[in-house]
Amino acid sequence: MRFSAQLLALVVLLALLAAVPPLAELLKQPFYLELFRRIMIFAIAALSLNLILGYGGMISFGHAVYLGVGAYAVGVLAHYGITNGWLQWALAIGASAVVAAAIGAVSIRTSGIYFIMITLAFSQMLYYLGISIEEFGGDDGMRLPKKSQFPGLIDLDNPVAFYYLVLAILIAFLYLGHRLVNSRFGMVIRAAKANEPRTRAIGFSPYPYRLAAFVIAGAMGGLAGALLVNQTVFLTPEFMNWTRSGELMFMVILGGVATTAGPVLGAAVLLLLEDLLAGWTQHWQLILGPLLVLSVLFFRRGLAGIFSRDHG
Amino acid sequence: MASALLEVRDLCKAFGALRATDHVELEVHEGETHAVIGPNGAGKTTLISQLAGNLRPDAGRVLFSGEDVTPLPAPARSRKGFARSFQITSIYREFTALDNVALAVQAHAGHSFRFWRAAREERSLREPARAVLEEVGLGARADVPAASLAHGEQRQLEVAMALATRPRLLLLDEPVAGMGVEESQRMVQFLATLKGRATMILVEHDMDAVFTLADRISVLVYGRIIACGAPAEIRANSEVRAAYLGEES
Repeated sequence: MRFSAQLLALVVLLALLAAVPPLAELLKQPFYLELFRRIMIFAIAALSLNLILGYGGMISFGHAVYLGVGAYAVGVLAHYGITNGWLQWALAIGASAVVAAAIGAVSIRTSGIYFIMITLAFSQMLYYLGISIEEFGGDDGMRLPKKSQFPGLIDLDNPVAFYYLVLAILIAFLYLGHRLVNSRFGMVIRAAKANEPRTRAIGFSPYPYRLAAFVIAGAMGGLAGALLVNQTVFLTPEFMNWTRSGELMFMVILGGVATTAGPVLGAAVLLLLEDLLAGWTQHWQLILGPLLVLSVLFFRRGLAGIFSRDHG
Repeated sequence: MASALLEVRDLCKAFGALRATDHVELEVHEGETHAVIGPNGAGKTTLISQLAGNLRPDAGRVLFSGEDVTPLPAPARSRKGFARSFQITSIYREFTALDNVALAVQAHAGHSFRFWRAAREERSLREPARAVLEEVGLGARADVPAASLAHGEQRQLEVAMALATRPRLLLLDEPVAGMGVEESQRMVQFLATLKGRATMILVEHDMDAVFTLADRISVLVYGRIIACGAPAEIRANSEVRAAYLGEES
């Protein structure tokens, strides 16, 4: 029951996302194309965070770092004239995985508040590193001279083609994530979250599994970063600021931790609200804040929980 | 003479000034059911935790089949053949009973870096798990979320998880604690069917259970083993009666 209701909600949501480009065209509102592409990119990042936060119980307060690493991987290569998209995105994924392995290797030895603080500290280190490198614009950031090139395959300068690429990646990651959390590997990280002493007592050492999940999530986040920099055509250390990490966490929590559709819902609602309120008043955060608090109070299991009432 | 499966040599553990385990010596033979009894606060759970690898002793050694396992943490000891149940029920509450046991099977079925196939559809995990559930009498409750099981059923589930790891040594920390009379009798009957097949260390307050099941009994008082012997000897031991059994009669 619960699974089918959520699946239905997800299919409807993805169908709506697929309908955005023709609708935006019809309404002569290309802005919506940009907005929903942005939403999907953040949904991918939130999805990757949900793997470790939702299913693995690893409350990473530094997940935006992979957005930054992925974006810089693309930007730095482009800066030196290497615009081949395959190379750029491979570096974005690879570098993020390496950074995640380093951060994870240290932070997964801790838990609770220490884990949160260490991941935050690492992400701030990289944030300040970004600020300090003048070659890449320091805290001003720099323009992306040219979008990632996939000659003969897809032209990211075509907004609709880029849109559907992002949608395809989102769907692929939703499916991959679904397979992952239900595999043997996924059962171990979920078990370790649910009851660590029991998990150790039956013979699992959670550490290597958690680290692997952390690296997978980082790599996915890195690809989201590569998409993001092609979206904004600009990169700045702000991509990895802790406020951005907080936003990603909020998308996951608002949407519903450890649910398939949750991060997508969370990203959509948060960014749409932000856009709506920002168009209305300059002090939009004053309204958004209380709304978020209320949503956490009333939708304990997140927005995706609305579609699964049976567990109360 | 049966060889010792587990040998505990001069084990010590202190929490501040409290000597929870005080130069404990213990030998458990292959196939034996060995009860550890003692008044509240005697250090029984502390001893079990050191045997299972959840707690590092300050001094002394734990030998398993002659091999020194003292430095091994809990997961490694589980892979050597230790399995424990906890005094306070420790299960995966949001998973079904079958999921719980299947995880225990999975933990002993090679590495789990398998990312694609749905674990709940793997017969090599589900079928052994279902068989163990049947064995402990939870077969009909396999698909119920563990949180919805009755207290006694949750205790049974914990034993099922321990058994699913095909242990050589079962460490049972008060398996009938908090159970009603009938439930507790059923559990004792079930544990009796395991006798001889598995080696068991049983920590228990319920004297009926202890005297029904145990081949030998060690009495732990203030962290020290004050007596060890067959049930009849323990019953007759005046020191034990004064320290412990006397309180009850």
